[in-house]
Amino acid sequence: MDFDPSSDYPLGTRRPDLVTTPSGKPLASVTLDALRSGELTADDLRATPETLRRQAAVAQAAARPQLAQNLARAAELSAVPREVMLEIYTALRPHRSSSSELEAWAERLEHEYGAHLNATFVREAAGVYARRGLLAGERAAL
Amino acid sequence: MSTPAAGSSPVSGQRSRRFTSREGRELRREPLIAPEPELGLVALNGPGDPEPGLELADGRIVAIDGRAEDEWDVIDHFIARHGLDLDVAAEAAGIEDVELARRLVDVDVPREELVRLSRGLTPARLARVVGLLDPVELMFALKKLRARRRPANQAHVTNLKENPALLAADAAEAAARGFAELETTVGVSRYAPLNAMALLVGSQTGRSGVMTQCAIEERRSLALAIQGLTTYAETLSVYGTEPVFVDGDDTPWSKAFLASAYASRGVKVRFTSGGGSEALMGHAQGCSMLYLEARCLATIRAAGSQGVQNGSISCVALVLSLPGGTRAILAENVLAAWLDLEVASGNDAIASHSPTRRAAKLMGQFLPGTDFVTSGYSIMPREDNMFGGGNYDADDIDEWLTLQRDWGVDAGIEPLAEGEAVRVRERAARAIQAVFARFGFPPISDEEVEAATYGRDSSELPDRDRAADVTAADRVLAEEISGLDLARALDGSGFGDIAEAVLGIQRQRIAADYLQTSAVIDPDGAVESAVSDPNRYTGPGTGYRLEGERRARLEALPHVLRARDLVENGAAERPPVVVELGEALPGVAPDDVVIAVGPAFGTALHETIGGLSHRAVLEALLEGVRAGGAEPRLVRVRRVSDVAFVGHDGARISGSGVAVGLQSKGTALIHRADLQPLDNLELFGMAPLLTLDSYRAIGQNAAGYALGNRVGPVPTRLDNFARAKSIVRTTLLHARETEAIVRAAPPLELALAPLT
Repeated sequence: MDFDPSSDYPLGTRRPDLVTTPSGKPLASVTLDALRSGELTADDLRATPETLRRQAAVAQAAARPQLAQNLARAAELSAVPREVMLEIYTALRPHRSSSSELEAWAERLEHEYGAHLNATFVREAAGVYARRGLLAGERAAL
Repeated sequence: MSTPAAGSSPVSGQRSRRFTSREGRELRREPLIAPEPELGLVALNGPGDPEPGLELADGRIVAIDGRAEDEWDVIDHFIARHGLDLDVAAEAAGIEDVELARRLVDVDVPREELVRLSRGLTPARLARVVGLLDPVELMFALKKLRARRRPANQAHVTNLKENPALLAADAAEAAARGFAELETTVGVSRYAPLNAMALLVGSQTGRSGVMTQCAIEERRSLALAIQGLTTYAETLSVYGTEPVFVDGDDTPWSKAFLASAYASRGVKVRFTSGGGSEALMGHAQGCSMLYLEARCLATIRAAGSQGVQNGSISCVALVLSLPGGTRAILAENVLAAWLDLEVASGNDAIASHSPTRRAAKLMGQFLPGTDFVTSGYSIMPREDNMFGGGNYDADDIDEWLTLQRDWGVDAGIEPLAEGEAVRVRERAARAIQAVFARFGFPPISDEEVEAATYGRDSSELPDRDRAADVTAADRVLAEEISGLDLARALDGSGFGDIAEAVLGIQRQRIAADYLQTSAVIDPDGAVESAVSDPNRYTGPGTGYRLEGERRARLEALPHVLRARDLVENGAAERPPVVVELGEALPGVAPDDVVIAVGPAFGTALHETIGGLSHRAVLEALLEGVRAGGAEPRLVRVRRVSDVAFVGHDGARISGSGVAVGLQSKGTALIHRADLQPLDNLELFGMAPLLTLDSYRAIGQNAAGYALGNRVGPVPTRLDNFARAKSIVRTTLLHARETEAIVRAAPPLELALAPLT
C-alpha cells in the first residue's frame, strides 16, 4: 500500500510495514529477546533517511512547511557522521568561516553526502553572513 | 521618570507603621520599575517598536516592519527567506489589527485558519495584534491555539550532589506523577552522561514512554542523544536582536542546522526564547520585550522547529518588574501557539518572592492549559534545583494538585499515594544501583538507596567519590555505552520491565513519530502529537475536557477524607451524657435559667467541634449559672437545630426568661424570651475557640441577666482562620444535629446521666 502522509501517521502504529532499522530489520523485531540474543546493535536504533522523509511528508501534509523542510534536511544529514555535522555547525557560528570555507562545506555536503538542501542552506548563510559582517575575521559594528 | 512621585513620604518624616509593615512583606524584596523603553525595559507595545509593514516587489520581500532589505539584520534575512508565506501576507495585509485580534478569540474561527493567517504576519504585526488582547482574551486564545489537544507538563530533576540514586528516584516519582518530559542538567558538565543515565532508568521505572533530556553544551548533548541516553533537547536559544544572537555565538542558520542535526538522529528538539533576554544582555535596540519575542518566534518557526519553551523563562523576574509584565509573558505564549509551535510555557524560574504573585502569574497558563504548563516543575525541593529554578517544587505539589481540583483543570500532574511514591523511588534507586554495578561504576550503597527513597533532599545522602564518578561518566562517552547497553544491564539484573521500557524508548527513534509537533508518548508507546491528537477546540463541549476517569483521578488526592470520618461515629454505643425526664414545663421561679441543648446533644454526638466533651461543657455551664446565683435547668429542644431557636425556645420556658442555647458542635448564645429569635444577648459563634472557662463564664452571665445584674460580655477570642479550618466539620456536625430533629416535638427536661 502506498504511503499517505495525511492518514498514515503515526508510522510506528499505522504503518509499521514501512518502518525498518537502518540495517533493514522490521520495527517488530526490536524486542528484548532480540537484544538478549545479540541481534540488535545501537546502529539499529535510528530512523532511516526514508523514514525521516516520510515524517517530512507528514509535516507538509499537516500544513507545516518549515518543519517539513527541517525534517528533509535531517533526512539528508542522517548520512553525515556526527563529527562532520558538528564541524559544520561550528563553521556556521558567527565569525568562524570565510565565504570560501562555507562554500567548501556546501560542496562537500552536496558531493560527499548528496545533501543538496543543506548545501543550499549553507550557501544562503554564507551570503547573509557576508552582508552582515559575520564571516571570519569580521566584527560587525554593534 | 523613576523618581517616586511627590507625596510618597510624609512631610512629618514620621513613618506609617502600615507602610513599614508592608515593606517587610516578601513581595517588596523585588523592585518594580517604571518603563525605560530605550533600554528595552518595556513589556509590550513599546514606543520604539517599528510600525508593522511588509513590502513586496516582483514577488519578493523588500521591506519588513519598516526596514528595507539593505538595513536587514540576520534575523530579518532569515524570516524573509523562510518565515513568510507571501500569498497569505497579501491577504492578511487587508485585515485590520483589531479584526485579527477578534478572530483569535472567536470560537467560530478554527485554529487552522488562524495558523494559516499567521504565516503572512511580520513580527511587529504579530506583537501588535496580541497586544490588543486583555488577560482573559489571551487565556481564551491560548486555550484555542494550543497545538496538542491534551495539556501536559515537564519536570526538572537535579540535585546538588548529583547523586545518581536520588536522580533516578526523583525521575521515577516525576514519571509516576504523570509528567510527560523530564529535564536534568549538571553542576559539573562531565557528570552529564551519568545524570542522563539515571534519568532514563528512573523515568522508565515510574512510567514507560516518558521523554528525557540533559541540558548541556550542544556537542555533549548531541552525543548523549545519539547514544540513546536522552530523547529530546530544548537548549537551542534564540534572541530577538542580532547582537545578542551573535553574543550567544549563533545565528539563525547555525541554530536551524543544529536542529536538523538533532532530528537526523531522531531527537526531538524544542527551541528556547523569552522576553527580557535582550534587555538583560544589553542590546534590546529600544524595542519592547514582546516585539523582540515575536522576532524570536518568527525565527523559530522559520527554522522548522516543532516547538519552543518561552514565556520569559529565566528572565521572568525582569519582565515582572514592569507594568503589564505578566500579561506580556502570557502574550508570548499565545504568539508561539498562534505560530503553530508546541509551547512549554515557562513557570520554571522563580517569578516572585510572593506566593500570591507567583500563583497569579501561573493562572495564565494553568487555566487554558498549554502543551507543557511548566518548562520544568521542580520535582525535588528548591534547594536541589540546579536550574536556578523551583518556582514550584516538591513542597508545592499538594497546592498544585489542589488547584487542579479546585478549577477542574488538568495541568499535567497526578496525585500519588505515599506508598506508591516510596515504591517507585526505591525501585528506581535499586535499578540504577544494579546498572552501576553491572558497568563497574563506583558502587551505589544501600544507604544511598534508602536515603534516596525516603529522604527529603540531597543533604541526607552520603557524599560520593566525585572523581571516580566523573571517570565513570567519561567511560560512558568513550565506550559509547548506549541505551541498548542500559536495557541489557537492566535485563540482566532482574529489572526486565524497566529494560523493556528503556528499549521501548529506543524503538521510538526508528519510527521517529515524536519529531512531529508537540509529541508526547503514552505508557503504551503510542505517540500523541498535534498530528494524531490535534486541539480542535471550538467552544463548550469541544476540545480537551477534564472528565470521566481522568477527572476522578485528579480529584482523588491521597489526603482527601471521607466526610463521614470527620465526625464521631458509633455514638449509639457510648453511654448517654444526659437522661430525658419527660416534657419540660414552663418554669416560674425568677432565678430559673434554662440551658437548652440541641437535638443531638449528648446522644448522637458527644463532643464539641473544639473537642470538649458534652458532659464537661454542661458541668461548666451548670457551675457558672450557680456561681452567678441562679438555678440552672437542663432542657433539650427537639424541633429545631439552629442555635437561635434552640436558645429562644429555652428562654420561652425559662422562669427568668433567660436561657443559654447550646448546639452539639459547641456554638452557644444567651437568649431572652422577649427578644426576636434571631436577636440575642450574647452570641458565641467561634465554637472551636471556646474553653470550659468560656462556658462557665457564659453560665455566669446568663445568671446575671436573669437576676437583673450588670453584666459585662464574656471575653472571646478571634481567629479568622477558624472558619477555613472548621467549616467542613461544622457543616457535618450541624447535619447530624438536623438529622436528630423531631418535628413539632415539645422540649424535654434533662438531667446529667450518672457517671458509670
